[in-house]
Amino acid sequence: MAQKMTAGKRIGMEVSIAVSYAVQLSRAEAIAAYPITPQTHIVEHLSSLVANGELEAEFITVESEHSAMSASIGSAAAGARTYTATSSQGLALMHEILFIASAMRFPIVMTVANRALSGPLSIWNDHGDIMAERDIGWIQIFVENGQEAFDHSIMAFKIAEDHRVLLPMIVNLDGFILSHVVEAHELLDQETVDRFLPPLVPYHRLDPAKPVTMGAFAMPELYTEMKMAHQMALTNSYGPILEVWREWGALTGRHYQPVETYRTEGAKVLLLIMGSLGEVAETAVDELQALGEPVGLVKLRLWRPFPFEELRKAVAGADLVLVCDRALSLGGGANPVLAEVRSALYPLAVRPQVLGYTVGLGGRDVQPADFIKMLRHGQAEAKQGPSQEFFMYGVRG
Amino acid sequence: MDKFGSAESTKFDTYASRMMPREEYFTSGHRSCQGCGEALAVRWVCKAIGKDTIIAHATGCMEIVSSAIPQTAWLHPWIHVAFENTSAVASGIDAALNILERKGKLKGPRPKVVAMGGDGGTSDIGLQALSGALERGHNFTYVCWDNEAYMNTGIQRSSSTPFGAMTTTSPPGKKSIGQKTWKKDMVAIAVAHGIPYVATASPGYLFDLYFKIRKAVETPGPAYVHVLSVCPTGWRSATDLSVRLARLATETAVFPLYEVVEGRHRLTVEVPKLRPVKDYLKPQGRFRHLREPEIDFIQKQTLANYELLLQKCKSPFPEFAPIHLPQVG
Amino acid sequence: MSKSWDQWTWQEIEIGGVLTEPGSARAYNTGDWRSSRPMWDKKRCIKCGICWTVCPEAGISEEPDGYFDMNTYCKGCGICVKECVTGCISMVLEGE
Repeated sequence: MAQKMTAGKRIGMEVSIAVSYAVQLSRAEAIAAYPITPQTHIVEHLSSLVANGELEAEFITVESEHSAMSASIGSAAAGARTYTATSSQGLALMHEILFIASAMRFPIVMTVANRALSGPLSIWNDHGDIMAERDIGWIQIFVENGQEAFDHSIMAFKIAEDHRVLLPMIVNLDGFILSHVVEAHELLDQETVDRFLPPLVPYHRLDPAKPVTMGAFAMPELYTEMKMAHQMALTNSYGPILEVWREWGALTGRHYQPVETYRTEGAKVLLLIMGSLGEVAETAVDELQALGEPVGLVKLRLWRPFPFEELRKAVAGADLVLVCDRALSLGGGANPVLAEVRSALYPLAVRPQVLGYTVGLGGRDVQPADFIKMLRHGQAEAKQGPSQEFFMYGVRG
Repeated sequence: MDKFGSAESTKFDTYASRMMPREEYFTSGHRSCQGCGEALAVRWVCKAIGKDTIIAHATGCMEIVSSAIPQTAWLHPWIHVAFENTSAVASGIDAALNILERKGKLKGPRPKVVAMGGDGGTSDIGLQALSGALERGHNFTYVCWDNEAYMNTGIQRSSSTPFGAMTTTSPPGKKSIGQKTWKKDMVAIAVAHGIPYVATASPGYLFDLYFKIRKAVETPGPAYVHVLSVCPTGWRSATDLSVRLARLATETAVFPLYEVVEGRHRLTVEVPKLRPVKDYLKPQGRFRHLREPEIDFIQKQTLANYELLLQKCKSPFPEFAPIHLPQVG
Repeated sequence: MSKSWDQWTWQEIEIGGVLTEPGSARAYNTGDWRSSRPMWDKKRCIKCGICWTVCPEAGISEEPDGYFDMNTYCKGCGICVKECVTGCISMVLEGE
């Protein structure tokens, strides 16, 4: 039980359970969730915390993910701290409502346990589900391990509810690879979290004492300006996000950056990846550096709003960047992360060559040796000029 | 619930109007068509639900005519999210009110929650969310504005469109008589969820509607009220006939006015001598193409359904065994 | 906001597009729509208020003397004419 954990002690538990403790410590008040592999352990544990009175909240067992997000909007609009979680098909089912949640500026926090999208059906991990939701106007980050999942779940409420932000936020964690794996976590106690995260103060509320109309429609004369306001809100959330991460760093000693770098000093070739495969790539980088090769790793943590300046700085010294996407943009010239990275670097007068690889789709295992093979392939392609728009790694046939 | 009684009459009690609340909660300035029966119903429902109520509204005619930024016709706290999810939004509001109340964060009385949606947003695309909300037993009232088609998008058929009606997706033609299926029985679906209060209501009987809505919002748990919303634009009827047509619908048994309290049916407006359905069909252009065989069928089916309803009203057995869930914790 | 809504800058729009003035629709004069208007014959009116009840626009208001008359929002639908118990309301063309 979270209250009995004290800071400084690392306890082994499934990452899903740690995330549910984070939500409990954050005193979430309304949880509307529908089960889908591999998010189930999060919502199951939250259910039992509520059932035992260990979390004072309403758990709405909605009848679909579309209703989960709709009910989340309802509860956020009524002024309750709101949380939900989903994956893959569930995220896809919520699609139309996600845009509305952010446009209406509700500070909903959602965990997405990343899982491949059908078809074919796959319950295993890749980033296809969240990459289909790039444009929904939410703040989006990726975590690499259980501790990060715990930390960022609490921070997400503080960021989202900040009156300078007022946007919903997604914390992405790799399904099964993280959600179902036992890792060591240092939890915080309730008083510490309460000091860090005060109660929600809604900006607008459905309240008969002060009636407002939410969700009115916009004529063509207004739609553009309203989307501009949304865009600016997301762009300007950058400052408050970093503020919260700095405060957490001072509190816990764990400092987070929008773009994390690993052994990039003096590196001429960089791998770039998001999520839990970052730790695997680190092992590959260590092996290559041991052979005397100047290879480093860039790990994108903040996905939306995109950290342009931090990325440009991180790759400044490199000649070649290999972007490893865990999702496929069918029929396009670049997968999601590849496209964003290239686009961010395009205005620079001097920029590295950027090649792209799809890797780890549908739960396919990725080993350090795979990163090294990709690297060798990429170096060859870079020298002769790339033979394809991007490369799918590890395809038989 | 008995204190609200019922309006048992076939015309207004003449001076009762002056005793009704004067304050308008659905203000003038909304952009509904002239003679909109739905807007009239909304006006009275908003009076009946009381000031301390939160409304969740689906996409549809009433939402569009009343909420073009920067103008809103609503005096209640009101939220529109999407087309098919108003029951889910209302569920979230209800849950939030529960937790806020438990934590002592609510100032003033706990607001009622009312979800509103058209027939499309209720019996078609919104059916899943409605069923979920009814099953979970949220404390809310669902009001369906049934104008019998997707009117806001240009009069396309829904599962609430009556048999034989012309709509743009059920047009009469050489191979079609219009809507091919009988109107879906939303009241029966609501009753099948075992909820404590279900009713039909109509702008032809505004006091009956008013008191039913009062009953619905005062009933703990889920309540469902199905409102016949006469639409001169979609029904191709004269704008001044909207109230009269609503009355004819009840007088011909096409739309009987009844309530189902804890599974027991009861007519709230008795019609001692029914009028023939063609009295109701004739003033509506959407039925103009119907010939003798179709009208005959409608007459027979309407009477058969009405007979069944009368049997249910007389029956000593409710539709479901009373479910009184024990309180936990 | 004195500026017309179709000239608002993005900064001037309320967060989330929330409308904070309930009933602001009253600024829109739906009476501009009508081509005919109801007229009450006060000699036959019994001040029952049924016309006020059945108006979808809340377009009928009670006068100080207890009679009823249309207000600026009347769209001219004619429901009040049809529902009046004494038949004291008739529709006349606008401008007559």
